[in-house]
Amino acid sequence: MSEQEYTPTSKAGKWFNDRLPLLTLGKHLTDYPTPKNLNYWWTFGGILTFCLITQIVTGIVLAMHYVAHADLAFASVEHIMRDVNYGWLIRYIHSNGASMFFLAVYIHIFRSLFYGSYKSPREVIWIIGLMIYLLMMAAAFMGYVLPWGQMSFWGATVITNLFSAIPLVGDSITTWLWGAYSVDNPTLNRFFSLHYLIPFLILGLVVLHIWALHVPGNNNPVGIDIKKPSKDTVPFHPYITIKDAFALLVFMIIFAGFVFFTPNVLGHSDNYIPANPLVTPAHIVPEWYLLPFYAILRSVPDKLGGVILMFSAIFILFVLPWLDTSKVRSAVFRPIYRQFFWILVIDVLMLGYVGAMPAEGIYLVLARVGTIYYFLHFIVVMPIVGYLEKTDPIPMSISEPVLSGGAEPSIARKVNDKA
Amino acid sequence: MTKPRLRLFVLSFLLIISLKPLQSAEMVDPIKVDWSFKGLTGTFDRASLQRGFQVYKEVCASCHSMQYLSYRNLGEPGGPEFSEQEVKAIAASFEIEDGPDAQGEMFTRPGRPSDKFKSPYPNVQAATAANGGAYPPDMSVLVKARKGGANYIYSVLVGYEDPPPGVTLDDGVYYNKYMVGNKIKMPNNLMDGLVEYADGTESTVDQMAKDVTTFLAWAAEPELEERHKTGVKVIIYLILLTILVYLSMKKIWSRIDSEV
Repeated sequence: MSEQEYTPTSKAGKWFNDRLPLLTLGKHLTDYPTPKNLNYWWTFGGILTFCLITQIVTGIVLAMHYVAHADLAFASVEHIMRDVNYGWLIRYIHSNGASMFFLAVYIHIFRSLFYGSYKSPREVIWIIGLMIYLLMMAAAFMGYVLPWGQMSFWGATVITNLFSAIPLVGDSITTWLWGAYSVDNPTLNRFFSLHYLIPFLILGLVVLHIWALHVPGNNNPVGIDIKKPSKDTVPFHPYITIKDAFALLVFMIIFAGFVFFTPNVLGHSDNYIPANPLVTPAHIVPEWYLLPFYAILRSVPDKLGGVILMFSAIFILFVLPWLDTSKVRSAVFRPIYRQFFWILVIDVLMLGYVGAMPAEGIYLVLARVGTIYYFLHFIVVMPIVGYLEKTDPIPMSISEPVLSGGAEPSIARKVNDKA
Repeated sequence: MTKPRLRLFVLSFLLIISLKPLQSAEMVDPIKVDWSFKGLTGTFDRASLQRGFQVYKEVCASCHSMQYLSYRNLGEPGGPEFSEQEVKAIAASFEIEDGPDAQGEMFTRPGRPSDKFKSPYPNVQAATAANGGAYPPDMSVLVKARKGGANYIYSVLVGYEDPPPGVTLDDGVYYNKYMVGNKIKMPNNLMDGLVEYADGTESTVDQMAKDVTTFLAWAAEPELEERHKTGVKVIIYLILLTILVYLSMKKIWSRIDSEV
């Protein structure tokens, strides 16, 4: 943190700040030097903070009216929808909010992948981010169980049964997770408890995520290190705050569109049928944001193999900073990697699509091809392309492409030029 | 992203999406009805809701419960909007079990607007047993609980047909063009002139199916009208605020030599 020592002007402020330097922290946050060339893909950090707070606030209100009991949960949700003042609005914000949260986090993650934000010196920011993402998936999954509809019940059954694939102790672990011999009232009860806990864990990790970000400072679309503060940076407030506010408002318009006009389009109609352990739905599908992983799970004929592959798909991201051998961060200057990046985006979208389809015929083939490419991308493409690729010239500073209208070879230095 | 790459990206995505029709070849799509409650500003047809309630009460309610609705809902804004007297009279026409009283006995009394809709059977098992092993689902959220929503419910109601040759049906099973799997245990209960509408509308099967579906759509989403109205206001407000913030942003960023 590179700013000058901050001294509050008022006496009371100085007295307090000497004992707890909150005002110094506030000053650091407003002055925080930020690259001035950040594009709109960088606004999703702020949007995600908004999503988290929205989920926590609406969730706390919902918990005041919700009853975590297998016989009462479905009815209590209908009570919220019908009898609680604006209960329908709060619940629809919360349920669609989960989808918007994931939409934003996927854009945020792919932003990082494109501009190499996970690379040195930002590996810890990336890893904390992945931990947040894992907790988000856990929270979302458990939250989806709470209304105790058919998809809640059967989704919970499918996902918890994955643990039974673990050799020797699998069945014991599953029973322990359930608190019963099947998904039942104890399962619902503990899921509610954990669903309430996890957002606050996420909040703690978000603080660490931002703290870790403020040590090296933001990456930027050019991907080069910049001097801070300098003519390449702007203070966070008002420049970035107003830009984040604008992007957030655009995001909120889309969010509101879902909440007010198609509040159930992202859910599954079967979840308005009360949970029935005796009737299995024709197709058990998770929420859209988990579908790529569901496709990977089902692409393997062996249960244990599928589970291992599915978890590997997430955990491989933790070692990404060390799989990527390129010293150039931004894909803007990496002509080959850039192509593979878009193939990965298409691959993940395709996996998401086939995850929603029955695991048979062409869908199974696509799921397998998609799964193989997903792993090839990280294990083979990233190390090799980073090693062989001839990258484009990189500007000396972020002001130059702005001033000269493009990265001129004369003012550019070459990095990683192995050719 | 350059233009050709964007095109490639969009094309691949469309290709993936277009695989969808391969999946469900035999399912018949439900009839598309131009419901008044569709769209961004859709509202319910008040008269249709009142007629639909009549169909529900006289036909459906003998087997189907609507346990999440209260009689008072019938008089609330955005619904059938029966008058206070009408709601009280409707509620009072049902005998509701209450209690226990001071002696520990259960007793019945005339319904009040605050009571939930009376269910035809005491529990799911009784309802299942009385209907040939098929539970007539609770209809409170039925429209939201079926893929295709109101269109699907309406289609099933008018979709009864003689089974095509080669299809044999067990006793108490009926053939329905739109029902998933084509076999339904609910008989075709609607026939022309079955109910006598208070407002004089001719009670054709189609009319009754539309009215009762409208009623069920409201029952599943009683907040729909308020949601639409609030939504329009919220979005207009957000757009205005977005414009103001955009102009402020341009102004602030004009202080430095950088694009935003």
